[in-house]
Amino acid sequence: MADGGIGLWTVPLAVFGGAIRVSTPFLFVSLGECITERSGRINLGLEGTLVMGAMSAYGISYLSGSPWLGVLAAGITGALLGALHAGICSLPRVNDVAVGIALMLFGTGLAFYLGKPLIEPTAARLPAIDFGWWSDIAQVRAALRINVLFLIGVALAPLLYWAFKTTRWGLLIRTAGESADAARAMGHSVLLIRLRATMVGGFLAGIGGSFLSLFYPGSWNEGLSSGQGITAVALVIFARWDPMLCLWASLAFGGAAALGPALQSVGMTSGYHLFNAAPYILTLAIMIITCSPKRTLTGAPAELSITR
Amino acid sequence: MTTDTADSAAAAAIAPAADPSFLQRHGQAIEYVLIPGAALAGALVVFGIFVALFGKNPLDLYFYMYYGAFGTWFSWQNTLARAAPLILTALCTALPAQLGMVIIGGEGALLIGALAATSAALALPWAPPLAVQFAMVIAGIIGGGLWIMLAGALRQYRGVNETISSLLLVYIALAILNHLVEGPMRDPGSLNKPSTREIGAANMIGTIPGTDVHWGLVFGLVAAAAAYILIYHTTFGFAARVAGGNIRAARIVGLSVGKLIMTICFLAGGAAGLAGMIEVAAVQGRTNANLAAGYGFTGILVAFLARQNPLAVIPVAILLGGISASGGLLQRRLGLPDASVLVLQGIIFVFVLASDALYGRIGFLKGKG
Repeated sequence: MADGGIGLWTVPLAVFGGAIRVSTPFLFVSLGECITERSGRINLGLEGTLVMGAMSAYGISYLSGSPWLGVLAAGITGALLGALHAGICSLPRVNDVAVGIALMLFGTGLAFYLGKPLIEPTAARLPAIDFGWWSDIAQVRAALRINVLFLIGVALAPLLYWAFKTTRWGLLIRTAGESADAARAMGHSVLLIRLRATMVGGFLAGIGGSFLSLFYPGSWNEGLSSGQGITAVALVIFARWDPMLCLWASLAFGGAAALGPALQSVGMTSGYHLFNAAPYILTLAIMIITCSPKRTLTGAPAELSITR
Repeated sequence: MTTDTADSAAAAAIAPAADPSFLQRHGQAIEYVLIPGAALAGALVVFGIFVALFGKNPLDLYFYMYYGAFGTWFSWQNTLARAAPLILTALCTALPAQLGMVIIGGEGALLIGALAATSAALALPWAPPLAVQFAMVIAGIIGGGLWIMLAGALRQYRGVNETISSLLLVYIALAILNHLVEGPMRDPGSLNKPSTREIGAANMIGTIPGTDVHWGLVFGLVAAAAAYILIYHTTFGFAARVAGGNIRAARIVGLSVGKLIMTICFLAGGAAGLAGMIEVAAVQGRTNANLAAGYGFTGILVAFLARQNPLAVIPVAILLGGISASGGLLQRRLGLPDASVLVLQGIIFVFVLASDALYGRIGFLKGKG
């Protein structure tokens, strides 16, 4: 910052750039969870899926040299974990919240186990598009280096919104989430719909994880995700199961999460850890404001165990 | 259920085989032992296959796991020292489960309890050790208790899901701990590992005579027994179980559900906070990031494996304490990464939950009529 010039503007700029960078995993996990929860099931295990996705993306990218192959591997890993979740949940009298907790612990444990040899090597990372080419200021250029995955996520939100509203698949998922009996009466297998919805949800969450290890922060270590997956699950609840609201909420969260590093970069290090907790505090605050003990949440799928 | 267990033990002592309907009459009690046991065995087999994929001999694995957990007096002591905090963090999930709540934030309450206990000790430098230890216990319980009570209050008064809020509180607790040990509470002498000042050797709670196991184990056993009596032998516990079974019925008969939730959550968090106090006063001697060792998360598994029964928590905590105690040996002898314990715990958890489907479905335990 010796050439400086923009001084304190660094903070809002870094928060803005951070909102774009940090929000991507939130966005993918919340969109994935949105699909799963709309089908009437909650998957708390996406925290584990996120970490597994990050690990497998890094591993495959390192072995193959292609980061996009890594992204695909992360998605497939996520889908498999989703299938495991859905498979166990389809047994009688098994609680989906508890299975999610189990898979959260299992996913993180497995990722740490398999990822041990990946801490040292450097894998090929995802490319970014330089939207800041017009500027001479380094911070502006850094803030506007945007990853393709972010753009895909942003496009996915309205697409999902449209799909829920108008397509046959969207209708089926919503029916399974609102009334399993109705879906059954229409001759569809609720378990199969939920299996697919959970697998797609896991696929997206895995991709969210690949962003963590292949772009930002862009390496694999065991502290890569601390609670980002579970924050994104909470985010779906106050986004009212609406993909567009998930997008805005993810951006707000990315900004909050970028606050700590942004302040640190201008030399404010004293409350660093507290600022890093900003997304969790924000999640809790928003849940306190938007939830109510008197009524069920508007937009909540009626079959969802967590809102009943 | 408890009387069932007692009856079955008595019946077994008198004439186990004489009564043809023995299996049927005590089917439920037998199921509570048989099904988790089978789930555990299944998980061990899958974990054996898993390590075999990495070229390790599963039989070696089982041997070293047994040896590292229960093979020698030394490993038993290691196991029991690890079981102590696990009993307490498991209570943090098992007590709210009586009300139908799923609390998974024991790790956060442990950290806050540890911070509160350390603060109490550092605030009383002149007091005699017994008084300091008493203050640490009280501070740990209150700190952890209020932390989980917050999740209970949010559920009761704002309708916020307690599973998610209690987990978010873990990350907030960790941030507070890191902030305090690197900032206001930092001992300037702790260079590589930011820590608070030490509570002093005289204030450590020490070991049970004749062993290397610290007194924390006794704290855990007493807490589990007290929780059992509270839930199954008091009107308060009865009210809690009624509310857990049917919350509307509980309201109709005039139970104050809010008060129940707040009290149970305070006790649950208090147990985990006490675990934090023990880790400070028996192991670490100070507060630092080492305390976030995952006891809170393993405690969730202990509670589920014990089917949320406070007494069953004790043997299950010893079992899982043993698994984590054997982790070091698995690393040294088999070259497995330290995360292998986490993988095994995850597999056990998955098996235990899937085995829920088996209750009431085992043919030979079902009554004919």
